[in-house]
Amino acid sequence: MAQATAVATPPKVPRRRSANPRRLPYLLIAPAGLLMLGFIAYPVVSVFYYSLQNYNVTKPWRNGFAGFDNFTRIFTDDDQFWTTLGFSAQWVVTQVALQLTLGLALALIVNQTFIGRGISRAMVFSPWAVSGVLTSTIWILLYNSSTGFSRYLADAGIGDYGTSVLSDTGTVFWAATVAELWRGVPFFAILILADLQSVSKELYEAAAVDGAGRMRQFFHITLPHLRDAIILSTLLRGVWEFNNVDLLYTLTGGGPAGETTTLPLYVANTGIEGHDFGYASALTTVAFVILLFCSIVYLRLSKFGGDHK
Amino acid sequence: MTAALAEKHTDTVAEPARDTPPPTVRRRRRERAFDDVPRWQIYLPLGIYLLFTLIPFYWMFLFAVRPTGSTSLVPWPMTGEHFSKVWNERSFAVFFQNSMIVGVCTLIATTLVALAGGYALARFDFRIKNGFMLALLCSQFIPGALMLVPLFEIFKNLQMINSLGSVVIAETVFQLPLSIILISGFIKNVPATLEEAAWVDGCSRFRAFCAVVLPLLRPGLIAVGSFAFVHSWNHFLFALMFLSEQDKQTIPVGLNTLIGADSVDLGALAAGGVIAAVPVVIVFAFIQKWLITGFSAGAVKG
Repeated sequence: MAQATAVATPPKVPRRRSANPRRLPYLLIAPAGLLMLGFIAYPVVSVFYYSLQNYNVTKPWRNGFAGFDNFTRIFTDDDQFWTTLGFSAQWVVTQVALQLTLGLALALIVNQTFIGRGISRAMVFSPWAVSGVLTSTIWILLYNSSTGFSRYLADAGIGDYGTSVLSDTGTVFWAATVAELWRGVPFFAILILADLQSVSKELYEAAAVDGAGRMRQFFHITLPHLRDAIILSTLLRGVWEFNNVDLLYTLTGGGPAGETTTLPLYVANTGIEGHDFGYASALTTVAFVILLFCSIVYLRLSKFGGDHK
Repeated sequence: MTAALAEKHTDTVAEPARDTPPPTVRRRRRERAFDDVPRWQIYLPLGIYLLFTLIPFYWMFLFAVRPTGSTSLVPWPMTGEHFSKVWNERSFAVFFQNSMIVGVCTLIATTLVALAGGYALARFDFRIKNGFMLALLCSQFIPGALMLVPLFEIFKNLQMINSLGSVVIAETVFQLPLSIILISGFIKNVPATLEEAAWVDGCSRFRAFCAVVLPLLRPGLIAVGSFAFVHSWNHFLFALMFLSEQDKQTIPVGLNTLIGADSVDLGALAAGGVIAAVPVVIVFAFIQKWLITGFSAGAVKG
């Protein structure tokens, strides 16, 4: 609101407007800039700072400068770091690959003209708006072994009675994957469908004249057109899947037996429940560097924004 | 006056399209050939996917309305016992109110701040512009979950723990970067000449913006605002960390409490889930036709 009044007051006379624009853009970005400095940049810096400290609320006598001790401990003396990192990688790759494939297929289908398109779009996109906790709620109801959907499957001869897929180490990964897919696919479907709106119809017509079938049209027109959108959305989604903990936190709690603990979940446990904030900060720093490195490599390898068009 | 201007402009934009020659017969036939995907290739996969999407919703609804102990697969006879239990005994009435406050405040704060920032990025060249853009993009890589502890310390120092304001600020901040990028894309799509014409007519920059640009931004603002609302309505970790008093908690935290209860009351859990879903479903139904156009407009010059 402050910036609105600041903008509104000076220019009554048109001529003064041309004198003002030097400061105006800074005034306009000031609220956003200050908020981000205070609540994003400052926390990031403090995480870097604490990563070099021993800082544990429960062991205050050890607090102080630690140098690179925390980092040495991560790489040489922490099996859990490697297991959780491995699981994070598995989780992110599985989710992004499946969500992209299904989302692309779904976008292509609802991009066709058919009766009931509007309502179908609304229905298949709807899980997009559902939270991680609500997704967990729904799938806990479905996976519940006594009254859940799996009971009816067992009645039909598929699977066993009495075992919950969420407490079995062999099935928990796929159980969580399906739940996350349920709410994750619409994200890709929406973004890809939006990008499909800008493919020119003439290209397809020309290809059809040249005798290209639907498969060839897809691989030579649609896919190249979607390229940048796919690269960007997979990257954003990958980062998001890596960072997001609410589904796994509420659905499996990282269990059974730590089977579904991602790196951020491990960090949260270390920092919040273990109160070892120095070490959690070092883990955060490492996670951040890994994420940044992977993103840059991904953008380079995929030649994002290249001259393919 | 300005409204008339805007109208005139859209007319001139529409003109070239009208000038294109009517499609020839041959061309129309080709078009039909391309669109002619066999119907079953649409309806079969779509139907399967719809089942996957809708059965979980139906399942939750079923558990929420059928009496305890029933294993019926149709929601009849219906009962409201789970709803009244969750709403009154498990204080979902309070959670709902808190979530609404957080959602609406985040929506307003995000939209206003992002409008200002997005306008600056779209209409001005200034020295730190590229740096600011880079900061916006980089912030996407920062996991909110890993910022919990430093954020907690900040809000403790501001004495905002157990105040809904802390959650509003945190949600707004993490929602801002994407909102600014999207809104600046939308503003770039509005020709600057429209605004300049209004200045010539004697409007101040602010009035010109309100009268000319703002109405054209409507789809974009609806998309950004509803993102902010849905996101903050859904978000869990900030509320879990910053709000420990029960009468300050939000719906996702309440659901998590129900999930974590010693013996999970499935009926109550499902009813809580339905209560959590209703507002986002309404918002979603309202915005979904703007969603596609909003995204494609923002993506063009985003």
